[in-house]
Amino acid sequence: MNEILKKHAHKVNVILSKYPPEQKRAAVMPLLHLVQQDAGFVSRTALEDVAEICGVTATEVASIVGFYTLFHDHAGAKIRLQVCTDVACDLRGAREYLKNLCAALNLQPGETSPDGLVEIEEVKCLAACDRAPMFQAQIGDELEYHENQTVDKTLDWLSSMLASMKKTPEKPAKSAEGGSHE
Amino acid sequence: MSENLLLRHRQTPGLNQSKIYLENEGFSAWKKAVTSLKPEDMVNEVKASGLRGRGGAGFPTGLKWSFLPNTIWPHYVVANADESEPGTFKDREILEYNPYQFLEGLMLASYAVRAQAAYIYFRGEFWQIAQKFDERIAELTAAGYLGDHLFGTDYSLRVYTHLGAGAYICGEETALLESLEGKMGQPRLRPPFPAVYGLFGMPTVINNVETLTNLPIIFGRGVEFFRSYGTEKSPGTKIFSLSGRVKKPGNYELPLGTTFRELIYKYGEGIINDAKPKAIMPAGASSALIPATEAALDTHMDYESVGTLGCALGSASVIILDETTDTSALVDDTVHFFKHESCGKCTPCREGTFWMSRITERIQSGKGSKEDIELLKSVAMGMQNKCLCALGEFSIVAVLSAIENFRADFDAHVES
Repeated sequence: MNEILKKHAHKVNVILSKYPPEQKRAAVMPLLHLVQQDAGFVSRTALEDVAEICGVTATEVASIVGFYTLFHDHAGAKIRLQVCTDVACDLRGAREYLKNLCAALNLQPGETSPDGLVEIEEVKCLAACDRAPMFQAQIGDELEYHENQTVDKTLDWLSSMLASMKKTPEKPAKSAEGGSHE
Repeated sequence: MSENLLLRHRQTPGLNQSKIYLENEGFSAWKKAVTSLKPEDMVNEVKASGLRGRGGAGFPTGLKWSFLPNTIWPHYVVANADESEPGTFKDREILEYNPYQFLEGLMLASYAVRAQAAYIYFRGEFWQIAQKFDERIAELTAAGYLGDHLFGTDYSLRVYTHLGAGAYICGEETALLESLEGKMGQPRLRPPFPAVYGLFGMPTVINNVETLTNLPIIFGRGVEFFRSYGTEKSPGTKIFSLSGRVKKPGNYELPLGTTFRELIYKYGEGIINDAKPKAIMPAGASSALIPATEAALDTHMDYESVGTLGCALGSASVIILDETTDTSALVDDTVHFFKHESCGKCTPCREGTFWMSRITERIQSGKGSKEDIELLKSVAMGMQNKCLCALGEFSIVAVLSAIENFRADFDAHVES
């Protein structure tokens, strides 16, 4: 039984209705986003479920998961911190910020903390070049922007997030402190 | 600063609420078009306006629309909201704060080419923005601005959002189409061009967010008004995303043809610590490093004038480097960016960016030699004019111009 259809029949239909009936493959990426909202990553079963709905092979869906950096094929940290160190951000000290943040968290870029809660990644261009240093927090499939950062500011935010997660261990509440796009 | 036409929310706050947008002549151009204009006249109007694509290529928008054949249906319009060029953050401001003007532009473009379905392709990171657009589209449909038989005519239009998932290459229009069709974002061979064989194999117009946001101005206030800004060949205003070593980075909407000096010193308030500017990158990471000479600073920022500096204006993401910037480290940055974002389809780009990154890394680590600088140059030259799409071609522009203009920065890493 197709778990996605079972759980999200309505959402799946809304997604499919966006594309011509003979172009179901176009729904692959929206369905993968739907899966990640639930689980935080795309499992092997989910891959097959998406393939079945779109009438393509699981291999083809896997190629999409592999190609796009926002899709993950394994469970990652609860909070993924993605720091942009691209040219424009670096000219405003992003690399130095990342270095100091990594030192404070005792993590290297690409590493996850031993408790599995925090991962730090170095990424390229998030269209916020005028407000660097900045990072994007990926929590489940939700993304938040945090701009004009200092290491202290980031650590404060992170400890308040971790504290709220301890209270409700299942899913951390969306942070109160701005961070969103609007 | 001239009047904000695209960043209109700066003088009329709250424009991202439909009520306020409607109170400020919102959707009047749309209603006028659907009820009284002929699509072919609209194409001619946009041709006459001289509007050029704001995503990077600067191709005349009306001309692009006129390539759609009237013998193959349906037609599609796709808005490119995959803003990812390092240094570019203009579309994001429009999408967040002036979304209805962009939507109205998308709707006008759709009517002009008689498309009954339009898609907005957002970069995956704009997830929250896309969600808001879903709400706005539902609201406009309920209010009769979108949907079937608009304003009692036989024209129907639906607008859909589609989210990418983190791939710079999807800003390239044929890669974007592949991605929208549920495939890896790898560029297509051209011809056929999207105007004939685009989304789902149908004639398709793909326009950048800022380009589309110009349309309600052209159809609302007229071609003459639009052309009163900018230059003869580059009419209108443009949003310049200013970043790097300036005191006041940000988006500035200015008439095309404004000088770099004005942008940097008047609006950006000069260089951090009042240092000397070293180079200008007018088109983000895809840009050449133009030495910030007096002549360069006095160059007008329009498509033709910037071209004379040996560089494209692109999406006008102006990154400023100052005398503290090591351009060889910067090139190491851009090369790694392109290596990461190369889609892997064509060999010159996939292999070239990989080998360039090995060499720039070696130079940066202090283990390089003088020959490595020549080797880097030769790999870059070997890629020139051989890549399937612009990504590969752009990856070498910063490399070659930095070595040519700032050779000492590279020598400093290999001398000892």
